[in-house]
Amino acid sequence: MKTAALALATTFAFTLFAPADALARPLRNGGKLLLTNGISSLEGASGGGLTPWAVIAGNETSDGIGLSGHGTLVEVKDYDYQSAGVAIGIRDRLEISYAHQNFNTNDIGVALGLGKDYAFSQDVIGAKLRLAGDLVYDRMPAVAVGVQYKKNNNGAIVRAVGAKDDEGIDYYASVSRLFLSRSILLSGTVRLTKANQLGILGFGGDKKDDYGVQFEGSAAWQLSRRVAVGGEFRSKPDNLGIAREDDWFDAFAAYAVNRHLTATIAYADLGSVATVKGQRGLFLQLQAAF
Amino acid sequence: MSMLLSLLLAQAAPHAMPGEEAVDPYTVDDRNAGATPFTGSGMADAFHGQEGIRRIVAHFVEGNFADPVIGEIFANQDKVRLKRVLFEQFCYILNAGCSYSGRDMASAHKDMGIRKADMNRLVERLQAAMAAEGVDFQAQNRFLSKLAPMRRDVLQK
Repeated sequence: MKTAALALATTFAFTLFAPADALARPLRNGGKLLLTNGISSLEGASGGGLTPWAVIAGNETSDGIGLSGHGTLVEVKDYDYQSAGVAIGIRDRLEISYAHQNFNTNDIGVALGLGKDYAFSQDVIGAKLRLAGDLVYDRMPAVAVGVQYKKNNNGAIVRAVGAKDDEGIDYYASVSRLFLSRSILLSGTVRLTKANQLGILGFGGDKKDDYGVQFEGSAAWQLSRRVAVGGEFRSKPDNLGIAREDDWFDAFAAYAVNRHLTATIAYADLGSVATVKGQRGLFLQLQAAF
Repeated sequence: MSMLLSLLLAQAAPHAMPGEEAVDPYTVDDRNAGATPFTGSGMADAFHGQEGIRRIVAHFVEGNFADPVIGEIFANQDKVRLKRVLFEQFCYILNAGCSYSGRDMASAHKDMGIRKADMNRLVERLQAAMAAEGVDFQAQNRFLSKLAPMRRDVLQK
């Protein structure tokens, strides 16, 4: 937690000491191009559905402070997942996000000895700083670094399944670019994490309790101003002896209903989750951004 | 000798056409357009040639002047000249058979106070004009990819 606090303090300092002429200008509302704020990833950072991008939440440029809120439902074969969160984007530079995640085991809860409809939950507080570049305009792609502090609310259970901790910090760096000449957006993220299934099954485990490097990516093709389709990948650690963890994939379509509302539907393959394999199903999200 | 001649010719070229306000002298050069043109006729065809480009520019410029957000940036601009040089610039970049006789992007936008949100608004206006002409979305973005790097010269420093 200390490291996360330090990282947060550093990012705040970076934002506060932005060039004086930029800060002297009055704030104004609106300004990003449609869809270029991304959607809300599972852990609350703006980006794709599975992974952050090097974009900052909300519709504001360097002259404004933006906000976004989202609700996400994932219905795979045996489990339901819901998350809701909010994010603030300060001058298109610093993003602070919060997400609450809820993972319901439905009938599998019985088999796991937890009881029917046993639900895991977790809170994630994130900070992301865009260091350089721009998603659309400049030669340099957008580059950002971020931290996510995660607190699982089922400490006794996650320890019982073999996790070493009920809280953890992820560190990541993302590079994102919209190639207008091809209408294609590419984004890649490298993440250091100990989290089992995002942290919903705790952090570290009997098989491994060290930080590992994970790779995440999104590719999207913009069909019109309002519609983009694409796919995502996210590699995952595999720390728990009792429950194998697989890499994640999805195929998505995002639709900008209007300047403030983005609806996303995806088909996600989460592989094996909490001992039960073949977890595929729908991802639905509504995001409001200002 | 030939260089001197071309320099003299460039200097002698009219900086403002009849019906336009006077501008300070500058050297006419296609490079002022700020982008290398596309090759082949594909993009010119996608924009329906010079006639299509002329309609897009007219729609775009009128839209910008009437825009509640960025209209005030245009209020004191020479609309006649803007339509002409913008047409030339688009036509040149789209390889539709024109030369560009306007100023470079930094000079043309100096002290206009343009901010990032204005630039995005402008892009939306251009998208609307291209869509009204029936230009395919992928071709719209290909064209925008030529304009996007100009932002650093257009924004208020």
